[in-house]
Amino acid sequence: MQNVNNTLEQKARSLLPTQRIALLGGFALLMMVIFMTINLGSNLTYILWHRGSILLTMLVVGFAASVSTVLFQSVTHNRILTPSIMGFEALFILIQTLIIFFCPITTQFWLFSLIKFSLETVLLVGFSVVLYRWLFALVHFNINMVLMVGIILGTLFRSASALLQRLLDPNEFSVLQSRIFATFTRAAPELIIMSLVIIVIISIIIWRKRYQFDVLSLGRNQAINLGVNYSQAVTTTLLLVSILVAISTALVGPLTFLGLIVANIAYLITGSHQHRYILPIAFLLSVIALVGGQLILEYGLNMAGSLSVVLEFIGGILFIYLILKRL
Amino acid sequence: MKSHYLLFAFIGLIGLSVTSLFIGVSQVTLTTLWSDPDMRDIFFITRVPRTIALLLAGAAMGVAGLIMQLLTQNRFVEPSLAGTTQSASLGLLVVMVLAPAAPIMVKMVIASLFAMVGTILFMYLLRRIVLKSSLIVPLVGMMLSAVISAITVFAAMYFDLLQSLGAWVNGDFSGILQGRYELLWIVGVFTLLAYWIADSFTVAGMGREFAINLGLNYRRVMFMGLTVIAMVSGIVIVVVGALPFLGLIIPNLISLMIGDNTRHTIPWICLCGSSLVVICDIIGRLICYPFEIPASVILGVIGAIIFLFLLIKQPQHAKR
Amino acid sequence: MITINQIIKHYDKTKVLDNVTTTIPQGGITSIIGANGAGKSTLLSIIGRLLPADAGQIHVANMDVATTDSDKLAKYISILRQENQFNNRLTVQELVGFGRYPYTKGRLTTEDQQKIAQSLAFLNLTELSHRYLDELSGGQRQRAYVAMVLCQDTDYLLLDEPLNNLDMKHAVIMMKLLRKAADELGKTIILVIHDINFASIYSDHILAMKKGQLCYQGKPVDIMQSAILEDIFDTPVTIKQIDSQLIALYY
Repeated sequence: MQNVNNTLEQKARSLLPTQRIALLGGFALLMMVIFMTINLGSNLTYILWHRGSILLTMLVVGFAASVSTVLFQSVTHNRILTPSIMGFEALFILIQTLIIFFCPITTQFWLFSLIKFSLETVLLVGFSVVLYRWLFALVHFNINMVLMVGIILGTLFRSASALLQRLLDPNEFSVLQSRIFATFTRAAPELIIMSLVIIVIISIIIWRKRYQFDVLSLGRNQAINLGVNYSQAVTTTLLLVSILVAISTALVGPLTFLGLIVANIAYLITGSHQHRYILPIAFLLSVIALVGGQLILEYGLNMAGSLSVVLEFIGGILFIYLILKRL
Repeated sequence: MKSHYLLFAFIGLIGLSVTSLFIGVSQVTLTTLWSDPDMRDIFFITRVPRTIALLLAGAAMGVAGLIMQLLTQNRFVEPSLAGTTQSASLGLLVVMVLAPAAPIMVKMVIASLFAMVGTILFMYLLRRIVLKSSLIVPLVGMMLSAVISAITVFAAMYFDLLQSLGAWVNGDFSGILQGRYELLWIVGVFTLLAYWIADSFTVAGMGREFAINLGLNYRRVMFMGLTVIAMVSGIVIVVVGALPFLGLIIPNLISLMIGDNTRHTIPWICLCGSSLVVICDIIGRLICYPFEIPASVILGVIGAIIFLFLLIKQPQHAKR
Repeated sequence: MITINQIIKHYDKTKVLDNVTTTIPQGGITSIIGANGAGKSTLLSIIGRLLPADAGQIHVANMDVATTDSDKLAKYISILRQENQFNNRLTVQELVGFGRYPYTKGRLTTEDQQKIAQSLAFLNLTELSHRYLDELSGGQRQRAYVAMVLCQDTDYLLLDEPLNNLDMKHAVIMMKLLRKAADELGKTIILVIHDINFASIYSDHILAMKKGQLCYQGKPVDIMQSAILEDIFDTPVTIKQIDSQLIALYY
């Protein structure tokens, strides 16, 4: 028995990163197939259509969370900071709320929601680049300080959104609730399609820069030494990260810890530090986490809406572990 | 600081309290109070209890935060950033599930017990941190809070109690009526107790070795401090709900102004804590009149801004 | 008098104190010297009841430190460790005032106020008394801590490396003040000290430790011999007599 385990372990160790990607990819595909086919009822077209849109949403969100986190962590040269923990999502929600607050137009016209989303995204990109560049400069990249200020900024944005939402509608509990917990069922089809387009474009950009991210993850001094324009690279990354966060938050709401969880597992199991392997693995992991988690919670526990809470629980424990281990 | 400043602050707090008494949908004025028995009822059944609740909760949470900062020797902790408040909510949820009809006294005791356990868990985690940099401690506390509150929310979803739990644990003073706030007097008693042994807390805040050298029974003071924190957090969560950041910002601001000698600072912390909560409540009642915004929502915004200011302002050598 | 009887202390599996037995006489300055890890600070901490011993007893003024109320001991013995980092914003006067805690539990009487003033004056801190600790230099802060334990008004003072972080000037000032406290106030002072020349010049007795054991003890003239110091520190040492003082050269 011992021997069998050992050889299995050795085999696992000797797997090439590409083989690992294939393995995870197969697993993720299996999850997706189960998700699409489990408990099919009579109204087949409707169910498939409904689940298909949820699945697409999950793929988009999984991509956004994993890729934005890995890139953010490479550029900031650490494994604890993530865009969500730093308050990017909360900032986006605040911007959304502010726009509703100052321009309370409601219409179902699809072009309008696209324009609104674009405006929100542009604002998020602008604010986050300015704000977080300022933050990094202010605290001289002292990681604990960046984390702390980021978390409190996130809390501030959340509190401010809560206040504005209360002002908009003092009696509404559901507005608040949908903003606090991510749900995968309320994304509009045109938003999903637009997100897919953006993600394809971003993927191409990132894929072309994949070796530059390898250099960036060595840290600022090494990157400069190797001839990377560091300051420009940070700005570009913050820009990409902001767009990804905007997409994910607009589609489902905040998912604070998903990125942290999948990125850290990806570092552990990829067997390489190269972004061309880490990024796909992180993406596949987040698909497995989202689709698999949803399967277990929806069909196992009959609690469809609780995925983000479970992720919060796991992510919080992982975060404490990472902090304790680092010291 | 001189005692007459304290007197001025006290007069200011009385002014705020009187303002709080006469704000609301029903136009209670001194003359109607005199002539109209209905107005008198409104005044004594809702307005007076509400104002007293504001004063007691604000003072007590400020002092609870101070004690926690002394016992952990860290400036940036407070009950709602260390899992204490969240544990109390979890306790409240457990009572709501197991014994929905339990009297409020039972709810309070269970919530306090859970708060105690949560705080001890936090203290235990702190002992695992080798290098106690000033920011690691609150980071661990915040994540512990997130984990505990995730458990609570999950369980609340499971038992379909999310909305009623939310109504309990959001710091909202609008539901305070005569007969529903009196437990807060217990909180007042604990605050007085903390003031009575204030010097023990200052000495404990110097660290274990200093404390033992001065003959302090360190474990006993630790235990008393934890009890005060847990009781105050538990009762406040049951009666009014969470008051985020209050226990952090008030002691820190007072410390910047007049230092850390607890015997001098506790009266100031009580006065300023009460004032801040009263101000937040008044803003919440006026900002979209006639609707009310919970004081905790206002406090969340003000508190986060002041916390950021404190973080960035702290001396360079402490930024580790 | 402090009697130390067969003290044993382990950290995990390493033995840091191995059957230490000695007596420290009343009055004067006693210095504990030895290489890093010899167990000096551990011994001092056990005498000051900051750490429990695994075996053995220590009596200070006929009180067993392990069993006597901490509260009562605080009036007879005070201990200052080397790291004194705390982030309370206290003024020098408030800190020194806590030296009176064992007597009046924080409610300061006029007599306490006098003692505080005396301690402040003794350490030349009167002018700084209303400054906050975090505004002071390292040397001033160290003096404030010493003022606090002095204000505790105990017969025995245990100081763990009081010269740590002090420059040459402030180290000399500190040792002169301690000498003065021993001579004028009749305190019994026990120091853990790294600089053997300070130990030679300022102390009345020296205890030398090596690998958890007490290896030599005596007056400075007895200890300040090259063979003995070489044995204690495992490094070549020459002794010179300069102005009737014994100075060790080990550079």
